[in-house]
Amino acid sequence: MTSESRVLHTRLQNGLQVRLKEAHNAPLISTWIWYRVGSRNELPGQTGISHWVEHMQFKGTPEFPPGVLDRLIARDGGVWNAFTWLDWTAYYETLPADRAEIALRLEADRMFSSLFTPKEVEAERTVIISERQGHENEPTFRLAEEVQAATFRVHGYHHEVIGDMVDLQRMTRDELFQHYRKHYVPANAVLSIVGDFKTRSMLQQVRKIFGTLPKQTAPNFQSRTEPAPQGEKIVNVEGPGETPFIKIVYPAPEAAADDFMTLAVLDSVLAGASSFNFFSGGISNKTSRLYKTLVEGEFAASVSGGLAATIDPYLYTFHITVRPDKSVEQTLAAFDSELSRVLDSPIAATELEKAIKQARALFAYSSESVTNQAFWLGFSEMFADGVWFETYLERLEQVTREQVLACARAYLLPSRRVVGFYRPTKVGSNG
Amino acid sequence: MANQKFSLPRLDLSALPGPETIQRGSLENGITILVRENFASPSVVLSGYLPVGSLADTEPTAGLAYLTAIALTRGTRTRTFTEIFEALESIGASLAFSAGSHTISFHGKSLSEDLPLVLEILGDTLANPSFPKSEVERLKAQHLTSLTIREQDTGAQAELAFDSLVYAGHPYQLPTDGTLESVAGLQSTDMRRFHRHYFSPKGMVISVVGGIEAAKAVDLVSGSLGDWVTSGTLELPPLPSLKRLKSVRRKVIRLAGKQQSDIILGAAGPRRQDEDFLAAALGNNILGRFGTMGRIGESVRESAGLAYYAYSLVAGGLGPGPWQVIAGVNPRDEERAIELILKEIGRFVESRVSKAELLENQANLIGRLPMQLESNEGVAGALTHIERYNLGMDYYQRYPEIISSITREQIRGTAERYLNPARLAIAIAGPEDPA
Repeated sequence: MTSESRVLHTRLQNGLQVRLKEAHNAPLISTWIWYRVGSRNELPGQTGISHWVEHMQFKGTPEFPPGVLDRLIARDGGVWNAFTWLDWTAYYETLPADRAEIALRLEADRMFSSLFTPKEVEAERTVIISERQGHENEPTFRLAEEVQAATFRVHGYHHEVIGDMVDLQRMTRDELFQHYRKHYVPANAVLSIVGDFKTRSMLQQVRKIFGTLPKQTAPNFQSRTEPAPQGEKIVNVEGPGETPFIKIVYPAPEAAADDFMTLAVLDSVLAGASSFNFFSGGISNKTSRLYKTLVEGEFAASVSGGLAATIDPYLYTFHITVRPDKSVEQTLAAFDSELSRVLDSPIAATELEKAIKQARALFAYSSESVTNQAFWLGFSEMFADGVWFETYLERLEQVTREQVLACARAYLLPSRRVVGFYRPTKVGSNG
Repeated sequence: MANQKFSLPRLDLSALPGPETIQRGSLENGITILVRENFASPSVVLSGYLPVGSLADTEPTAGLAYLTAIALTRGTRTRTFTEIFEALESIGASLAFSAGSHTISFHGKSLSEDLPLVLEILGDTLANPSFPKSEVERLKAQHLTSLTIREQDTGAQAELAFDSLVYAGHPYQLPTDGTLESVAGLQSTDMRRFHRHYFSPKGMVISVVGGIEAAKAVDLVSGSLGDWVTSGTLELPPLPSLKRLKSVRRKVIRLAGKQQSDIILGAAGPRRQDEDFLAAALGNNILGRFGTMGRIGESVRESAGLAYYAYSLVAGGLGPGPWQVIAGVNPRDEERAIELILKEIGRFVESRVSKAELLENQANLIGRLPMQLESNEGVAGALTHIERYNLGMDYYQRYPEIISSITREQIRGTAERYLNPARLAIAIAGPEDPA
């Protein structure tokens, strides 16, 4: 990361954690607020509630009525958006530096004052159902949803962030509002700001705008631990089309665990390097072991793999687009034969070296814009802390070939995995 | 609050790319090089294009330019596919080619220290590709898989249906990435021939932006591409004129097992180099981009709650690219959404936008420049854009003035010229039995 200045870490009296970092390369400021609530916190009957609350945060407050907020940001040449994920919900605005105060004011305002009018809730219900139906058009979404449900029976990671249709059709305005009031408090949030400002004056501004918000206890949420898998599970999903897909998932450790970094190295070797930053592109994976076996071996059109940085143990996921002239069984057998190599012997020293160089490059690419830098500062706090981010490369460089072998043997066991097949029923169009 | 008086943003023009900070040069073989230094960044982006594309394709060879472009990295006279990607991926670098109607484009990225290697591979893959038969066959099979997936994609099918209405009989009707039938028939010999006939340094443009000295970047490009010479190359056929729609035309594609319909309404829009392009772009911002997707978003998403996405775009380009409104809706709401969109298009064509809308959207286009030009990617794209459309090195410094001088009458004029509600295409791709 380009280190123009150090990161200021502080906590306001109401519990809001603040991370500030100066970056003067462009006259911009990116402001992010992160809440420790996501689909992980949801119970059956209320799946998708965190994401729906996120949508409602764009529907106005008494100070900024509906339609006013986006005009204010847009006419200043800014961008804003929000994301709901397994563990968190985040909102950001990147604006010209001289207009960035509006971001602080609107985030402080909508932490407590969003209206959730019944009319807006109902209009948004159909928008979110439409969002889900758009996902349902994709075979890969339908497969992923079934695989995730088969993997987590107990833990809140069992459903998609968007939520189940039955809950989207039923949930009430009051349930949404209660979820909002419970989780949107300073003590449950992290504010990360990077850009063209002086730390001292920005901190003063943050204290002035956020410091007066009431102190409230952060919700105490205990996730339900998923029991160990009892054997391999196979999931079949059928649907129109001609292209089969395979999704293979293995339980993986939480991001703060030592093994997480080791598996990240293994993933670079097996499926290609990728960044944990959601907004930064990766590189091709044509020299990864699985690409060579599956794509060059003419079983698949593409293969990818990846870990997600999460609070609780989540998944190491592989996704394969099978060639229409191959069966899913043949392709899975080829996948397994490649996997047996990392279970048998250590990766080569050159492979380890390459994984580290790739991580260094991807880390640099993902830290260049103020938006990405502010993303990292808040994101890493959601599942670990700032140290996780600051020592990321250092810890990756300490991974050994023996550790990679040990991790492969510990995590990549067929008896722990779920394998999902999308089996096309070959119905064409009638256009 | 919202009606507080505000004025257009004042940008620091000297911080924007301009003649003082863009180094422009050319090589004897006809390559134009644009460089902008950014030492705050540890990486470098390179992007550019060759003036050849799918306009050279015919119906039986649709996809040839595209496949040729993506097959460039499948092997050269001295490097295998694996050697090319081992070199790139080992240093965390990327290099990829693509094709459009008028250009074959490339994009690469690496840490600054690794730029020489990426440029070397760019030069080798452009000048000496060998299109090995086994690699090409494998690539073709992969591409056929993606075309098979496209057959089931409502968004892609709506686009193809739209193009078949708006560009009937025009080269833009052919999909750049080809069809299942055409791609199945393409061979490595076709790609070799295409490369021999159409690839040339003449007219090629390359932009390099990032943590590298400009003079060094020029030397590196010269070292990797300066010796490339070709003879007897063909030029793309001229773009025939387009017969614009004379009535409303509709095409519907039904796909089994889908939950949502994609709808596209629109017509052919202005070319990027047309005088009214920026008025159309500013108008389009009002119609379907500003805030939460402009007037279209306000009507279809915010008020009626019919769609997650409902927006508009004006493509520009060297030819008459589309001006479209796009929405994804529940199948039972198809007609209601079309009605709302047609109403908004009608209003956009009949009456001038308000003074407040004009000012806010001018502010939006001007104010977002620093963000667009923050990253190396953004600047590289901007330099290439300047060169392709001959906009002048000071274009981005003049941009605030150009945008602020666009009038409400000009916007209405472009709307009327291109988006006449009586002459639109309506394409729908969605589930069977939408009732």
